[in-house]
Amino acid sequence: MHDKQIRRRRAVLVLLVVISLALLTDYFGERSTGPLHSIQRGIATVLSPLQSGASTVLSPVRDVAGYISSTVNAKSQLKRTEAENNKLTTELAAAQYEINQYKQADLLGKLDTNYSLQSYGLKTANVIEADPVLWWRTIKVDQGTSSGVELNDPVVAPGGLIGDVTDVGSNYANVSLLTSPNFSVGAMIEGGNNSRGLLQPEVGNPSTLTLIDLPNSAANGLAAKQLVVTSGISDPNNSAISSLYPPGIPIGTVSSANPQNSVLTSQTVQVTPLVDFQHLSVVQILTRPRRG
Amino acid sequence: MNNDTNVQLALRIAVVAFFAVVIQVSMVSQISLFGVTADITPLVVMSIGLLAGPMPGAISGFAIGMFMDIVTFQTVGVTSLLFITVGYWSGRMRELRDPSHGLIPLAMGAIATLFTGVGLAVIEFLLGVDAPVSWLLIQQIVLQVLVNCLVALPVYEVVRRLLYRALPRDPRARRRRAYTTSLSPLQQPSERLGRARARTR
Repeated sequence: MHDKQIRRRRAVLVLLVVISLALLTDYFGERSTGPLHSIQRGIATVLSPLQSGASTVLSPVRDVAGYISSTVNAKSQLKRTEAENNKLTTELAAAQYEINQYKQADLLGKLDTNYSLQSYGLKTANVIEADPVLWWRTIKVDQGTSSGVELNDPVVAPGGLIGDVTDVGSNYANVSLLTSPNFSVGAMIEGGNNSRGLLQPEVGNPSTLTLIDLPNSAANGLAAKQLVVTSGISDPNNSAISSLYPPGIPIGTVSSANPQNSVLTSQTVQVTPLVDFQHLSVVQILTRPRRG
Repeated sequence: MNNDTNVQLALRIAVVAFFAVVIQVSMVSQISLFGVTADITPLVVMSIGLLAGPMPGAISGFAIGMFMDIVTFQTVGVTSLLFITVGYWSGRMRELRDPSHGLIPLAMGAIATLFTGVGLAVIEFLLGVDAPVSWLLIQQIVLQVLVNCLVALPVYEVVRRLLYRALPRDPRARRRRAYTTSLSPLQQPSERLGRARARTR
């Protein structure tokens, strides 16, 4: 009796294993359109409403468990999210800086092309120091004598001239801006009769420049928004007598609403600089201002 | 066991198996704990084998495994092959060792889950599934064993309550009752000697 029971048990076991192996082999070997796959899909289709119903009925339990699990994981998720946010903020700041640098470089490129500045030995430099309060005085850039920069080299930024080098080291240079006191440069009003004068910052208002010592005939043909450029005066008979600044570099535009009146009264013209001195980041130094 | 009891047991096991798979697919598989989900199906198979014996365990393992493969669109036959072993082995453990400790279902549930996890990975590897064996897989199996250990005792208790009335009587209980007579070694020696002397007189 006992032996019979054992034999029957073993037979059932072997039968179940054989059926499983046969189904496994057949299922694995047939295509997705085979009979076993079709039966599987059919049974799953029949059971899917029941599965959906059970899922709906059990959803409150699932939601509670999910809520508890979410609460437990919330702290670590918050930490991860904060770290990712910080990383993305840093990357965004870096990307925005790069975009700004690119825009500045693009404007400098256009300035170089429009005014043919390439022949003056341009050296691009980044502004590494600028006083937020005394922004109109000096800036420090990251190029120096090791890059060919010398004292009194003119410096341009997107828009036009910004100043010249007043102090230089091997890998830095201090640039005095044309809005700083005691700065002056020979300038010329383009168009009209090309009147020449001396451009310097307005006393007490560093964001405005004044063109002084204009001739009496300067009022003729003078108009607002006319471009003011460096005059670059030089004596053709004596090469030692030559302006530090090459001619034709833009500086600003005539800003007076009524230039005729101001010229008649004081032979001066107010000039609005083209460069935004409070937001300088990339500049170019003319290392060969007296080319040739 | 008479035929009525067998039929009742078979029906109850069929209902338990059906709802175990439905609950696993609809609810349990969507609740994540420590990055893994619990799998109550090997625990149910183990419980049935431990309570009802090796044959019911093996047959229910085959049925539950087949049902799981169909519902989850896996290769038919893989899970049933593993659950046949789990069910039969649990039943044999009951027959040979008759474990009575309260934590036995927990230990057997852990072994059943581990066997199922490793067995599934081996069969998938033999079938040529392109999945590298890595520490991540081992970590997943270990975590699932731990998570299943948390639910092993409640699952066993639920299955026991559902099958209780149809379960076969424990054959060792009959042998234990036999020892409550004069032949029982648990009796006091004086009592045994007293009855023996009465017989000789």
